[in-house]
Amino acid sequence: MSILQVENVSIRYMTGDFKDIGLKEYIMRRLKNNYRVKEFWADRHITFSLEKGEMLGIIGTNGAGKSTLLKAVSGIMEPTEGWVKREGTIAALLELGSGFDGDLTVRENTYLRGAMLGYTRKFMNETYDQIIDFAELGDFQDRPFKQLSSGMKSRLAFAIASLVNPDILILDEVISVGDGAFRKKSEAKMKEIITGGATTILVSHSIAQVRELCSKVLWLHKGEQIEFGSDVPGICDRYQEFLDGKRKL
Amino acid sequence: MLQKLLQHRFLFEELVKRDFKKKYKRTVLGMAWSVLSPLLTLLVMRLVFTQFFGRTMAHYTTYLFCGNLVFSYFGESTTQGMTSLMGNAGIFTKVNVPKYLFLLSKDVQTLINFGLTLCVFFLFCVLDGITFTWKFVLLLYPIGCLVLFNMGVGLVLSALFVFFRDIQYLWSVFTQLLMYMSAIFYNIDGYSPVAQNLFLLNPVYLFIRYFRKIVIEATIPSVWFHLLMAADVLIVVGFGCWMYKKYNHRFLYYV
Repeated sequence: MSILQVENVSIRYMTGDFKDIGLKEYIMRRLKNNYRVKEFWADRHITFSLEKGEMLGIIGTNGAGKSTLLKAVSGIMEPTEGWVKREGTIAALLELGSGFDGDLTVRENTYLRGAMLGYTRKFMNETYDQIIDFAELGDFQDRPFKQLSSGMKSRLAFAIASLVNPDILILDEVISVGDGAFRKKSEAKMKEIITGGATTILVSHSIAQVRELCSKVLWLHKGEQIEFGSDVPGICDRYQEFLDGKRKL
Repeated sequence: MLQKLLQHRFLFEELVKRDFKKKYKRTVLGMAWSVLSPLLTLLVMRLVFTQFFGRTMAHYTTYLFCGNLVFSYFGESTTQGMTSLMGNAGIFTKVNVPKYLFLLSKDVQTLINFGLTLCVFFLFCVLDGITFTWKFVLLLYPIGCLVLFNMGVGLVLSALFVFFRDIQYLWSVFTQLLMYMSAIFYNIDGYSPVAQNLFLLNPVYLFIRYFRKIVIEATIPSVWFHLLMAADVLIVVGFGCWMYKKYNHRFLYYV
């Protein structure tokens, strides 16, 4: 029984259609007879499945369709074709730094983010001090969020997100943040979560990290699924060769 | 939907709080503005229409206030509701949450504003020498309908706004037109019966008329009047829900 099953998933973006370009541009293009709707498949026929406790690494160059695929897996997006089946709760930590409100204070943002991640108020009341402690923002609790440095922002984002305890965890390049000391701390925290038994999907540009942590690898290239399997060293080797220009697809 | 709302109660509360804090940020008077601004509008109208146009009608201040009360709530709720979905794109593109939460949180805020203004309205009724009857309880009906109606319009507008940004300019012109069509400061008794019936097509006018009937004339509108209001609400809310259902997963592509 798979905890996560992704079957033949394709996701299409439409560009240049009426809603995208607006009324004026639509009429102009109609008049000039160059109105065309372009379709762009961010992901094409992706199929994989994960068992409980497994850790999947998704690798691929920029624009391979990794982030879009994660959105489909987490249910934010609906696949244009195919289907996704999930068992249990899912938490997606995508682009952590964004989505905060600059006008609110650190405290208010912490609660808002906690609510967004599906925590309860009781849980937030209990863990609030712990979060601020972990993010080392004790002196900044009532400052507007926009006054924080970008390092502090990502530290706070990480500290809140690292409390998740889902059945399926999705990580988009958030395995470690901040400066040297904090980076170590956050990496340790992340490993703690991953080894805690959650089925994890990790998008990473660090092949070393994928080799070290993952039990399965999915290699995407321009929306196509190149390889998927549990032969982690083999797939990583071939991906490395591809990056070095020694292998053509 | 209710179950989902309960499940996301914490997020909803935090959104409401955020909207409140952002709205009155860096204003000296803060929430007092929600009461002051409709009062100032009322004062301006009152001055213009009694001093310059010489309206002489019994309880004209209350008459004006009824119109103002309803219309300013409608205008505020729909204009703010329109941008509610788009303004939270940063959230719903990253987390899977019901998208109507954003509109509902704005609606809570405008409803509280409306409630405050309503208190001031009753105070003015006392000053204007209106006799309070048991019929005032019936005002709950138009208020309930108005809340739902504004929510429905907000659903439709916020969905349209994602696809079609021009709607904000069109809507501001349209509300202006609607304001003049809602008999806020004039009386339609002088028009022909056909023209008077045309006003019934305007849902906002229905709400205003209901208020005036109860407060000034102390009469209860007919059953048909009630049904007409309910029908307006049902159509708008139904259409709004349908749009959200249909485009739920497509909003993402256009933000």
